[in-house]
Amino acid sequence: MSELSELYQQVILDHNKKPRNFRKLESANHSAEGFNPLCGDQLTVYLNLEDDAVKEVSFEGSGCAISKAAASMMTQAIKGKTKQQAEQLFSEFHKMVTGELDEENTQNGLGNLKIFSGVRDFPVRVKCASLPWHTMHAALNKKEQISTE
Amino acid sequence: MATIEKSVLSKPQADSGFDVARIREDFPVLRQTVNGKPLVYLDNGASSQVPQVVIDRGSLYLEEEHSNIHRGVHYLSQRATTAYEGAREKVKRFINAREAKECIFVRGATEGINLVMHGYGRKFIGAGDEIIISAMEHHANIVPWQMLCEEKGATLRVIPMNDAGELLQDEYDSLLNEKTKFVAFTHVSNALGTVNPVKRMIDQAHKYGVPVLIDGAQSAPHMLVDVQDLDCDFYTFSGHKMFAPTGSGIIYGKAEVLETMNPFQGGGDMIKSVTFEKTTYADLPNKLEAGTPAIASQIGLGAAIDYLNSIDRVKAEAHEHELLRYATERLTAIEGVRIIGTAREKISVLSFVIDDIHPHDIGTILDQEGIAVRAGHHCAQPVMQRFKVPATARASFAFYNTKEEVDVLARTVERVIEIFS
Repeated sequence: MSELSELYQQVILDHNKKPRNFRKLESANHSAEGFNPLCGDQLTVYLNLEDDAVKEVSFEGSGCAISKAAASMMTQAIKGKTKQQAEQLFSEFHKMVTGELDEENTQNGLGNLKIFSGVRDFPVRVKCASLPWHTMHAALNKKEQISTE
Repeated sequence: MATIEKSVLSKPQADSGFDVARIREDFPVLRQTVNGKPLVYLDNGASSQVPQVVIDRGSLYLEEEHSNIHRGVHYLSQRATTAYEGAREKVKRFINAREAKECIFVRGATEGINLVMHGYGRKFIGAGDEIIISAMEHHANIVPWQMLCEEKGATLRVIPMNDAGELLQDEYDSLLNEKTKFVAFTHVSNALGTVNPVKRMIDQAHKYGVPVLIDGAQSAPHMLVDVQDLDCDFYTFSGHKMFAPTGSGIIYGKAEVLETMNPFQGGGDMIKSVTFEKTTYADLPNKLEAGTPAIASQIGLGAAIDYLNSIDRVKAEAHEHELLRYATERLTAIEGVRIIGTAREKISVLSFVIDDIHPHDIGTILDQEGIAVRAGHHCAQPVMQRFKVPATARASFAFYNTKEEVDVLARTVERVIEIFS
């Protein structure tokens, strides 16, 4: 169960149970919907962008613990960041969960998002962790709907 | 000593008189460990495992008979053709069709339904007509009919179900009318395990002269099927869900209905003669089997049918039923677990959800313990919508599963709840 406890760390379980910024954002000027048709995960990411910076961010939807926790922690991570910084984090996060980034020995801004590194040992779950990020990326770039397939 | 130990291990289970340990020896895939734990394979509803005799039959074809069918006058082509058509004879006896030519080889139930949609639906269904399906269909028995309705301006009607997952027969009866031109529904629900009263439902449709297609993907592996007794117009199943390789399967149709249909695909093997002005089609079954088929897989399907005939299917069914009963009892006893699909008539499928835990997380944790279940919408999103769940975890049984495996499942489900508590 060691890989399993790596995947389902307390922080992740906590964010799953009490997701942060889990609501519709009335002031949103950007939003996108993400689907994982494989498992039925569905979420909407709302952004309030002002002067190219993420002033507010929230999400709602339904999904597994990994996708919910990833979405919750993502909203905390990108709030206050510039569009470019958010995109940079997206890229680093994506590389980490697909095993292309050694988050411990390479400089990056992932911080506590590193707890998702365990996901790379569960290839079918990588999409769960990255769906919120893909959706946020789409919202930033104003694509209406994205799918992981 | 070794012999004595072996005989103790393989002693028959007292409850069903079915020798599971003996049967398990026929399936090499079951001998492996996953994540250091013995494989507990409970995803038979998606794909069942293949016994050694089926693997051997496929190898024999590839080693000694591989060649194209219906074409060559040479030795290998004749052997391949004999084996392929032999498999068709076995299918015919397996479902009790009148003639072998009524059994059209397809690569699975999805292709079977699409063949009927194109060959029958597009020819005989038009604007204002109605097609009836049920609320518990697999996407394979929804989407083709939607496509047809869209193309022709026909209307899709859906038989609703109750909270247990049983089709409402009164509603079905009232949906049938003179505009109804086709009825298609599943024998057994892949997401709920419900066994539908197909015979009654076929009779009702026939009162209006409407042909009926039965999706048998989840029934053919688990129960004896007699298409003449059912009197269905079409019946389809997938080989890979009944101990044969992927790419095998059949669509049965009454000869007189198949005769009237348009070909599904055009190409080689389905013609009598071709000129640039006109093509005449071959007789059944070739008319509906264009191109080189999955010869090895369909021969494998024939071998899987031989295998099923070699075991006591009545006892096998009783054993599966006992597994379902026992698993239902064990999982229901766990606080927080809810069974989705509680029809009175059920086989082989146990769908469940756990409060506040997504099925995908359940699936990942079970996998770590070597247990294979399906987690998701089971290609039946309308069923998920009906029960207001995004997805379920599904354990689906075959006769090679054991009560001990159900115990491992139940213990691990308890562990899942512990992790998330």
